[in-house]
Amino acid sequence: MRIRVASFLLASLLASTALPVKADQPLLADLSDHLIAITTGFTGTSVVLFGATDGPGDVVIVVRGPERDMVVRHAHRIAGIWINTRQLTFAGVPSYYAVFSNRPLDDVVPESVQALHQIGLANLRMQPATPTALAPEEVADFRNALVEDERHAGIYNEDAGKVSFLGDRLFRATVDFPSNVPTGTYFIEVLLIRDKTVISGQTTPLVVSQIGIDADIGEFARRRALLYGIVAVVVAAMAGYLATLPFRRA
Amino acid sequence: MDIYLPIAAVSLDGIVLLILGAAVGFLSGVFGIGGGFLLTPLLILIGVPHPIAVASSANQLVGASVSGAVAHWRRGNVDIAMAVVMLIGGLGGSVVGVWLFGLLLRWGQVDLFISLAYAILLGMVGSLMLVESSRALLHRRTAVPRRLHQHNWMHGLPFKMRFRRSKLYISALLPLVLGFAVGVISAVMGVGGGFVMVPAMIYILGMPTSMVPGTSLFQIIFVAAAVTVLQAYENHTVDLVLALILLVGGVIGAQLGSRFGAKLHAEQLRAGLAILVLAVAVKLAFDLTVTPDALYSVAPL
Repeated sequence: MRIRVASFLLASLLASTALPVKADQPLLADLSDHLIAITTGFTGTSVVLFGATDGPGDVVIVVRGPERDMVVRHAHRIAGIWINTRQLTFAGVPSYYAVFSNRPLDDVVPESVQALHQIGLANLRMQPATPTALAPEEVADFRNALVEDERHAGIYNEDAGKVSFLGDRLFRATVDFPSNVPTGTYFIEVLLIRDKTVISGQTTPLVVSQIGIDADIGEFARRRALLYGIVAVVVAAMAGYLATLPFRRA
Repeated sequence: MDIYLPIAAVSLDGIVLLILGAAVGFLSGVFGIGGGFLLTPLLILIGVPHPIAVASSANQLVGASVSGAVAHWRRGNVDIAMAVVMLIGGLGGSVVGVWLFGLLLRWGQVDLFISLAYAILLGMVGSLMLVESSRALLHRRTAVPRRLHQHNWMHGLPFKMRFRRSKLYISALLPLVLGFAVGVISAVMGVGGGFVMVPAMIYILGMPTSMVPGTSLFQIIFVAAAVTVLQAYENHTVDLVLALILLVGGVIGAQLGSRFGAKLHAEQLRAGLAILVLAVAVKLAFDLTVTPDALYSVAPL
């Protein structure tokens, strides 16, 4: 597998260097895989992103998973017991987010550009789903807790130095996906930055999908919930009955 | 060997799950209980999300209780009339329980509620059993022949019904209410409720001890089935793959356990079970008061 990816990568790199990058295309990038298949034995995987630029510059890669709503709850100690007392729902939270660059972000682009392109965990636009009575500082605390939790789970990443250059023009980065990676369509945005301005950008989709019997079960459980419940009962009951047969006394 | 669980959406070691199922199955075989009250907290401990652990335990319980009930059925130790009355209450209770579970899920209090309910319920049942069984162990020799059961206010209740198998003439309201209460517990906590049901059937209903496990298991099959279907439909939390792996380990463990259990005295069994139940209760109560690693918790809506 590793060898296959490596040789594919090498071939692609050769192809992209052999053809000089056209002037109207300062940036070209691609992925070693456009599909991540989650099967029964899935324990996480990585995808190699590689590409070429038309000259020196900095490369920033932003990976975003499908958006979803997330609830953050805050616990307080009441009568000696920890109880969730307040909660806040954020809308449009990326289920996966990673920013990779070849140098620290602040050296590459000004903060205004970072905010515009939502580059960096601090610049993610995550808003409460409904108007909240909480003070802005409290909302910020909830937001930070959310980001920290996702970082801890390995689905939010920020790494200056993950993009490595081979010479001036060829670059590559490995994007890691843990076993709990959410499914859906991801977008990988590659930005070429020169003199603190974004010169060129390219967006490549990546599909993360459950494949095989697990996917079928998951799909079935969501689409036909009632039938799934009945099947689950019948299968378990049959398994339980079958298990008694070897132990039956004549 | 990691196995991806499609509903829980996590990968867990299949061997660990098998061993867990077998260990709980062994204890349930020894003590004649469903073992759900041990399984759910252990699943949570190894990283299965709370709601999935509760609902999948109910699914596993369907198979485990079929397995147990078949053995009792062959010996004629199932009081169908009693089971049916309890079941009517139990189905009502499980509908209320699943609805309550969904409500707690939306309020973000389900984790707290499950832990709290376990700590209180297991603490009470464990203490009562420990007191009763240690008294029995001390007075085994001097036991005086007891009347079949005492008469009290419960025997003044209306809708009296004859339960021939159990040699009882009691109000149908008693098993109905008991079934309802256990149905709620079953849905909210992912347990069969054997640890509540069995003492209640002996001490409140006054059923003969030989009829209790079979009747209890028989009606748990249907309550667990109802809970599984309702959880799958309302909350999408039943992981069949998880339940089946646990079941395979569980039935093997249960057969070994029941053989081992047959060598022990009834009082020793009850004392052992009481200590086990109390240990789980103390651990859960302790965890509630420990400062969590993160004061904020995050979940998809």
